[in-house]
Amino acid sequence: MSNELEFLSRRVAAGKLSRRDFLGRAAALGIAAPFANSLLSSAARAAGPVKGGTLKAGLVGGESTNSLDPALMMTQVPFAFGKCWGEMIVELSPDGKLENRIAEEIGSSDDAKTWTLKIRDGVEFHNGKTVTAEDVAATLERHSDEKSKSGALGYMKGIATIKASGKEVVLTLKEANADLPYLLSDYHLIVQPNGGKDKPDAGISAGPYVVKTNEPGVRHGGERFANYWQGDKMGHADQIEVIVINDATARTAALQGGQVNMINRVEPKIVDLIKRVPGVTIRNHAGPGHYVFIMHCNTAPFDNNDLRMALKLAIDREEMLNKVLRGYGSLGNDFPINSSYPLFTEIEQRKYDPDKAKFHYKKSGHDGTVLLRTSDVAFPGAVDASQLFQQSAAKAGIKIELKREPGDGYWNEVWNKQPFCASYWGGRSTQDQMYSTAYLSTADWNDTRFKRPDFDKMVLAARAELDEAKRKQMYHDMAVMVRDEGGLILPMFNQFIDATGAKVDGWVDDPHQELMNGYALAKCWLQA
Amino acid sequence: MSSPILKLIAQRIALGILLLLAISVLIFAGTQILPGDVAQAILGQSATPESLANLREQLGLNDPAYIRYFHWLGGVLTGDLGTAMSSGQDIATSIKGRLWNTLFLAFWAAVVAVPLAIILGLIAVRYRNGWVDKLISGLALASTSFPEFFIGYLLVYFFAVKWQIFPAISTVYDGMPFGERMQAIALPATALTLVVLAHMMRMTRAAILNVMQSAYVETAELKGLSAFAVIRKHAFPNAIAPIINVVMLNLAYLIVGVVVVEVIFVYPGMGQYLVDHVTKRDVPVVQAVGLIFAAVYISLNIIADIAAIVANPRLRHPK
Repeated sequence: MSNELEFLSRRVAAGKLSRRDFLGRAAALGIAAPFANSLLSSAARAAGPVKGGTLKAGLVGGESTNSLDPALMMTQVPFAFGKCWGEMIVELSPDGKLENRIAEEIGSSDDAKTWTLKIRDGVEFHNGKTVTAEDVAATLERHSDEKSKSGALGYMKGIATIKASGKEVVLTLKEANADLPYLLSDYHLIVQPNGGKDKPDAGISAGPYVVKTNEPGVRHGGERFANYWQGDKMGHADQIEVIVINDATARTAALQGGQVNMINRVEPKIVDLIKRVPGVTIRNHAGPGHYVFIMHCNTAPFDNNDLRMALKLAIDREEMLNKVLRGYGSLGNDFPINSSYPLFTEIEQRKYDPDKAKFHYKKSGHDGTVLLRTSDVAFPGAVDASQLFQQSAAKAGIKIELKREPGDGYWNEVWNKQPFCASYWGGRSTQDQMYSTAYLSTADWNDTRFKRPDFDKMVLAARAELDEAKRKQMYHDMAVMVRDEGGLILPMFNQFIDATGAKVDGWVDDPHQELMNGYALAKCWLQA
Repeated sequence: MSSPILKLIAQRIALGILLLLAISVLIFAGTQILPGDVAQAILGQSATPESLANLREQLGLNDPAYIRYFHWLGGVLTGDLGTAMSSGQDIATSIKGRLWNTLFLAFWAAVVAVPLAIILGLIAVRYRNGWVDKLISGLALASTSFPEFFIGYLLVYFFAVKWQIFPAISTVYDGMPFGERMQAIALPATALTLVVLAHMMRMTRAAILNVMQSAYVETAELKGLSAFAVIRKHAFPNAIAPIINVVMLNLAYLIVGVVVVEVIFVYPGMGQYLVDHVTKRDVPVVQAVGLIFAAVYISLNIIADIAAIVANPRLRHPK
């Protein structure tokens, strides 16, 4: 029986049998539709990508203020469209390893201070020019310039000199950093002719699609680049289109109505409903993003570790995960790292414990209420989550007063200013990046005011350490420190929830970002 | 006879320009009160002090407010709306396409809604207090009482998701064939029609009924004219001023009040453009859009006034 099905599925993949007929025969053989579908998609994958067609995505996160300048990319639409027309120096593959793209090889000196990128031959820009080491060097220069507005500036500042010679780019760092190649996978670092210094928003790079339409906030379109250097791996559809649909209901309707083939950010509360729609597949997977409550370790009353511990113990993580994320996430453990990071180690899970919370609360000597600021924009469901927190803390005898702040101006008036508020983090690609961005004493975004010289030393030591086992141990110790003494309450990691329509194939879950780390349009194809 | 009319029209226009100037001050002041500033909003959560300072300097946010106001006003008067702070694009250029889209949608909504409302109003008067009248009024009231987003979602659910007759999203673009464009705007135009229909219909009905109380209508009826002829020849022309007023008010609404409908149907018009830029604190764009909306409102009101004066000789001769 399964032989027959396999035969039929190969015929579908070869375009000799219609999908509907196949499902009909599968049903006749007593095979449930989901199983038949999965059989079909594996057959299609085995048959290889299908070229042709227009692949369309309806995405939230685009505004009429978007620009094609990679330095200014912030939200989901420029990010996903950037992966279609842009080519990177290196990329993180779905299994967390590094994949060389424009760089053919990356090597470092023993002290991890000098790095050499060997540039691949024969990669062509959309304007016909060949990608050279100078272009790569100029790109890095532009993003590491102190005056740059680049979103990558924070990490790029660590580079002291950039030199191009022949086929190589040599980088020297101010301080050793074993993670440099990971930093180079930042999505802002799209390689442009002369680094984009002349015309940063020209939309010219060496990616699989050439920019054809660019109407910020409305739609973006690309046409397959005939000379793409990796045409067998990416750029299967003839054309791709990103339609900006910021309204969640409109986005789902567009997928159901067949106007788009994929959407991002399906709301957890409607996932179960969407799952029932025929032909639609929910693509949910864990990532490094997390929803948090942050306390300033240097501001009363949160400068008392017993009070911080009391609040950490007074939050019911499981309830929050179930009610706010409907299970589409994982439990947090008060440090910003989870298994999507390459060097993650497990630490004992902190649980809701009202008695212990009561004990620490008493010991802290604080009484009266604790003021928590929250807002809908902090993360989806933040107000509900804050109310759950308030209730679970009340059972431990801790009174939390909620202040609902307007979404307008939340990020500049409340976050990183007020001592206790709800917030979110998108996560980073390495632990070093995450800790350097928000937990080093000198970090601009140290939103928990966690200022510990001993911790800083650990971060710097781990950064320069090339022995993986030792590094793992160092990161473990850092995590324990943040977990037990820091100002972070991290009840849950959220999942990326995307959805695809009936004809989409070639999807591979990627833990780094939504939409296959932005590559869904470039790597998926439409079944014939 | 023509000179008092011309004088009245000139007066109205002058008043309109004065009003627009006053509104420009209000808009400018209003945008200054928004919390935070554009640099912070552009950079969002990832703002660092250095990048903030760089961006502020570059955007000229360090000048005092009144200097920026006159600078802006001068630009507007010479047809230069400035550049968007957040994207560096020329505002006039990006607004042109958006305004055209909004007008296109408003136009087709009006083409359906206005005659339909007036005809339904006339029918309601003809069969006043009967079941036809009650049915029309009831349905119209129901469609108005639902919030726009609810009507929008209902239309999407039935026409786009269930029956797949029209697309759920109305992205239109330059060079789109007319037929496709009409198909794309079918649902938002229907939603808008339903939203404005009742107001115009009930106003028409009320205005005509008001006239129907007059003695000359009674005379016409006694003359033996048919009910429709009475309404058409004697009642409607005398009720036209309030009807024009409410039609203009609704036309203005079709242009400036469509934010929700545009967002639901992902229609690239002025409403979406405004919403995007408000959240980005992109002050020049918010000001420009505000001013255009104000201008639309004021000019449609002037047209309504003038049309009413022309239609009703009594208004031409102040007592």
